[in-house]
This record gives sequence, C-alpha cells and structure tokens, in this order.
Amino acid sequence: MPNMSLKKVPMPEQDSKIRTKNFSEVALGYTEEQAVEEALRCLQCKHKPCVKGCPVNVPIPEFIKEIAAGEFKKAYEIIVRENRLPAICGRVCPQESQCEGNCVRGIKGEPVGIGRLERFAADYYMKNVKNDVKEVEKNGKRVAVVGAGPAGLTCAGELAKMGYEVTIFEALHTPGGVLMYGIPEFRLPKALVEREIENIRKLGVKIETNVLVGRSITIDELFEEGYQAVFIGSGAGLPKFMGIEGENLNGVYAANEFLTRSNLMKAYDFPNSPTPIKVGKNVAVIGGGNVAMDAARTAKRLGAENVYIVYRRSEEEMPARLEEIHHAKEEGIQMKLLTNPVRILGKEGWVTGMECIEMELGEPDASGRRRPVPKAGSEFILPVETVIIAIGQTPNPLIRQTTEGLDTHSWGGIIVKEETMETSKENVYAGGDVVTGAATVILAMGAGKKAAKAIHERLNK
Amino acid sequence: MYRILSKKILNETVQLMEIEAPYIARRCEPGQFVILRVDENGERIPLTIADYDRERKTVTIIYQIVGYSTKKLSQKEAGDTIQDIAGPLGKPSELKKHKRVLGIGGGVGAAPLYPQIKKLSEMGVNVDVILGGRTKEYVILEDKFREICQNVYIATDDGSRGHRGLVTDVLTKLIEEGKEYDEVIAIGPLVMMKAVCAITREYHIPTSVSLNPIMIDGTGMCGGCRVTVGGKIKFACVDGPDFDGHLVDFEECMRRQRMYKEEEHVCLIGLEG
Repeated sequence: MPNMSLKKVPMPEQDSKIRTKNFSEVALGYTEEQAVEEALRCLQCKHKPCVKGCPVNVPIPEFIKEIAAGEFKKAYEIIVRENRLPAICGRVCPQESQCEGNCVRGIKGEPVGIGRLERFAADYYMKNVKNDVKEVEKNGKRVAVVGAGPAGLTCAGELAKMGYEVTIFEALHTPGGVLMYGIPEFRLPKALVEREIENIRKLGVKIETNVLVGRSITIDELFEEGYQAVFIGSGAGLPKFMGIEGENLNGVYAANEFLTRSNLMKAYDFPNSPTPIKVGKNVAVIGGGNVAMDAARTAKRLGAENVYIVYRRSEEEMPARLEEIHHAKEEGIQMKLLTNPVRILGKEGWVTGMECIEMELGEPDASGRRRPVPKAGSEFILPVETVIIAIGQTPNPLIRQTTEGLDTHSWGGIIVKEETMETSKENVYAGGDVVTGAATVILAMGAGKKAAKAIHERLNK
Repeated sequence: MYRILSKKILNETVQLMEIEAPYIARRCEPGQFVILRVDENGERIPLTIADYDRERKTVTIIYQIVGYSTKKLSQKEAGDTIQDIAGPLGKPSELKKHKRVLGIGGGVGAAPLYPQIKKLSEMGVNVDVILGGRTKEYVILEDKFREICQNVYIATDDGSRGHRGLVTDVLTKLIEEGKEYDEVIAIGPLVMMKAVCAITREYHIPTSVSLNPIMIDGTGMCGGCRVTVGGKIKFACVDGPDFDGHLVDFEECMRRQRMYKEEEHVCLIGLEG
C-alpha cells in the first residue's frame, strides 16, 4: 500500500540557532521507520524517469523497494553496483535537478526523497554491516588516475572491480578532492568521506598522495613507468579573481583558500590545529553558487555576526542548491541580491569595507539568463572586514602545460570525445571538472565511470 | 611517511635535514620548493629545496626555527619520519649562461640560493656571493659556496665576521669598485631583497628574487600566495617563486606576510607551555 502523502517525510535537522555554533552535520538523516515510510511513497513506475535523471543510473525503484521491505542491506548492495560513493551522493547531489526532478510524484506534491533514502541505505550499511570486499582477480594491466576527487575515485573503483591494477596520484596529503577541502563538515562529515575512500582502497586501488602530476611526474612518464592508460580527473581548482581594486588587501580570501583552511586544515579548531584563519565581525561573500553558500555558512560558524551574500543577479538565477540557500537563510545569512562589488576599501592594508553598486536585470545574454546592468548612481559602502571571493574556478594549467598533444579549450578545459571521454592524446582519458569546468560531484562520477568503461574496451581490443 | 636520513645543526636556530623523497629528488631543479607537514595534525609549510641527490633519492632542506611547525620539525632526529612532503613545486629558476653573476643570501636565504649558484657554476658562469647574518654564527654554507664561487664576501650586523653592516653595503661597494655583474640573485628576508633591488635598479642590473609568501596547498588552487608583479596578480607557488625583483610590490608582500602574526604567536606559546 503506497504512502500517498504529498510531502516528503521530513528529515530531522539540527536547530539553526545551535548549529551555527558548531561544525557538526546539519541534516541528521532518517530513522529506520522514517526511511520505510518515505520509501512507501515510491510508485515503482515501470518507465523509471528518475533513473534517467541520475548521471550514474542507480536503479532507484529497485533499491527503494528493498528499503520499503526493511531489507536495508540489500538496498545498499543494489546502489553500489552503480555508485561507489552513495553516502556522499545522497548528501551533496542537486537531486531537484536530477533524479527527484524527474519523479512522477513531483508533478503533484513533493517528489520521493531519493537522495535521503540513498543516504539512509549507505549510512545503515556502514554502521551495521561488516564490509568485506571480495578479492578481484587481477588482469595484469595497469592504469594511472590523476586526482583523487569524485571523478578519479569512481574511475579507479570501476577499473579495480574489473581487475585492473590502479594507482591514483593525488597532489594533496589527503585524497577526496573537493569532498575533503571544499565541502564543509556540516554538509559532508569528513570521517564519512574517509570511509568511502577506504572502501575504494579495499578494492585494491593504491593512492599515492603528495604527487603533483606535471611537476612530480608527467603524463608521458606515467606511460614509461608501465601504465597503459591514464585518466585525468584533476578538477577545476584555480580560483578566479575579479580584478578590482583592493583584492590583495589583508582579509580578502578566494573561497578555495578560506574553505581549504577550514575543511582540510581544520582551522576552525585553531589553535588545536595549527593552521590559522581570520574572520571579521562582518563578512561579504561574493557569488551565488554552492561554494559561496559553503563559505558564508562557514564564516558564520567561525563567529562572524553579519554575513552577506553579494550576488549580481536575483535569487531565481542563483546556481546554488535550493536546500543550501534555504539553510543559509535559516542560519541568518543576509542576501544582497542584484548587487555587484566595485572595489574593496582598506586602511593600513586591512579590509574596512566594500563599495558595491546595485544592478537591474536587462536583456537575456548568451547563456539565456538576463544580464545584470549597473544602476547609475546607486553605489553604497558595505562595512566588512573580510571578503571571500566565490565567483568560480578554472582547471589548473599545470597538466596542459606539461603534456604534449593534449588539446584544451581556450578557457583551459580538456577536450574529450563525449561518448568515451578520450582526449586527443592516445590512451589518455579525462573527466569531471577538468573537462566541464566547475560542475557537480555526481557529474564527475558519471564521467569517471564512463571513462572506466571506455578504458576497459580499449585495453581489451 | 618520509624518512629523515641525516640532520645537522647549522647554528642556534638553523638546521639541515636530508630526507628520502624519491618523486621529488628525481625531477627537482634549483629554485623549486616542497610543502611539508611534520605530523598528522600539522599545517602545510613551504621550504625551498637546498640541495638534492638523484641517486640517493633525497632532498635537503634547511630551515630556521621561527614558529610552531619549524620547532616541531626541529624535534625530529635522523631515523624519524615526517608525515608529508610534496613536490617539487614552483617553476625552476631560469638560469642564463651569463659571464658573471652575483648571489646575495641573507641569513637562511643562503640555503635556497645555493642550488642556483651551484648550477650556474656548473654551467661555466663566474659567480661571486655575498652572505649576510646577524652575527658570524648566522652565516651559513660559507664553505660550500667557497667551493664553487670566485669570491665570497661576508657581512654581519656586529662585525663578528667580514664587513660590519648589511649585505647591501657590500653590494654598493662592489659596484662602485667597478665589478660588473650581468645579474644579481637575491634571496633572504623581504626587507633585504627590497633594499637590494633599490640599488640594482639604479645601476640597471637585472635582479631575480625568490618570494616566500604564506602558502597552503602550493599547487595553485587557493591564491593565498598571490603577489603583485609588474601590476599583475601572480601566484608565487606556480608562477614563481622567482620573480624579476624590479617589478615586485614588496610593500604588499610584507603586509600580506604579517596577516597571521597574532595567531602564530598563540601557536608558539601553545607548544612551549
């Protein structure tokens, strides 16, 4: 008997007044009873539009059916056939524009909480089931993966399952990429990311940290070392600045630096952790994506009283997930919409404020979004001591500068054949943000998976 | 984990370590640096590669004990391991086959200067160096420089060795005596590099400096190490650390380097108390 309630079973959350004082996870997850109740909202449609919305094609109705029947372990096993990182995807995917965006129940009422159920199954399995991975018979072929973010981890996991000897080369001291340095603890607990990575290691994948491909070793040298194919999943980590006056004042951060200090280096625990971070009473975060929301909510937790999101378009155009915008507002983040910074002001080298100008929406631009136009004479000064710039990232130029024969776009992204993720260089594949520019975790995973399949076909020709 | 093969005390606050690091030793070039983390909960700190041995698969670092992490590092001994060492990072120095080059090393800055001067001498360039320090104990690597340089000049604040005064006094004297240099390579505290550049600009001598801004990842992903060179933003970790000293905004560098002054203090006290 399906549950015909129009609304999702609500997920318990930390109270917004308490959670802005800590870095613990905001969304607490379903209980077993809540999960079963939500699973019963799924109509088990034959044409499964939800699966088409999932970049890695998780068999959604199948696993939800098992949850509804109380078979939580079975549900997890169905998910991991297609998705190696379910505890992560269930938490950070923009489900509203993917699986849940296609759910039939969403036509009248709220869609089934697919992300929440995926998360539940993964958390249940980690907590209750001893995970022993079967040894896979090795096929003697070696593949190198550059970057231990979502794309690289997925590609490596898929290849290991097929018997390849896979080594991931990671520049930082910890694997995980944006899952470790970018997305904050309160959205994605790091202990959980570590466990998911541990599962990939158990498949036989080796991870070499502190190796920066392009400097420590080049792509060509990887082939000399005996790797037969290379997958590049090095992401889009190079921060953009605006080129306005005052950007180098003390107190101005790129969001990447701010989040890396807090997440990867645990600066929020200073001085127990020796990496420092500085946050003023008043903080402006420039941008409207998930990175901007993460930086704003982190600043609040580090003790800032007033945190502003300064975004040049209106809320409707914000690229951040609805849930994150909602959480940010609940936590008291103030939205300065249709506002653009003009210059950053300082005194004795430190930020004291930011001059902004109001914008209005004009004609649609090339991207189809209405172009923001400054309103003459509307300049005003926002008094802040910290400015965090979150207007996007591009791929790091190091690999393209040190790899001959690798074609890239003018903005730095690696050019690939869409069906196979093959680059212009033989036996070199690429996927994730290094190909698309900053996108989502799940799209990066989808690309890693597609490349693994293509590498397998190529090496078995 | 990376093993420390040997350790040497160079003076009261400066120490040398040779560390096993195969990936770095295989490809590193003069001018490049590493980022290291002493232990599991440590911060990431940049240190220039002072020497390397491709066969032994080792790199040598020379560091001054100035804060929490360098103090922790100094408590390690040969045979111990350090948690992480990533590299080689940064662009190798662009060393040209000049006739005569002058190296200037202030304090522990002599360490990153050494591989550049050594390489130049191997390329057949005539090299002189000026080494500076507070007292004679703070002048490091003098013997190693003597092996490869034609002239080694010393300057100490208290006159305990060589000229009494600053490296810039010696620089001015050499130029005024008619010594001709095609390039000056200056590495040391920002105030020293700034002062050197003020003099060489006047005499139109191209000058390369090695900047040491605050860094986190050292791979170009955070922009914490950004500096203004010739009016443009550069990331010292990927575009440098060597830059044309006559184009560097030193005032800005010095200001940005002081950003966490108070926090560094807290950390140091935490360690001692």
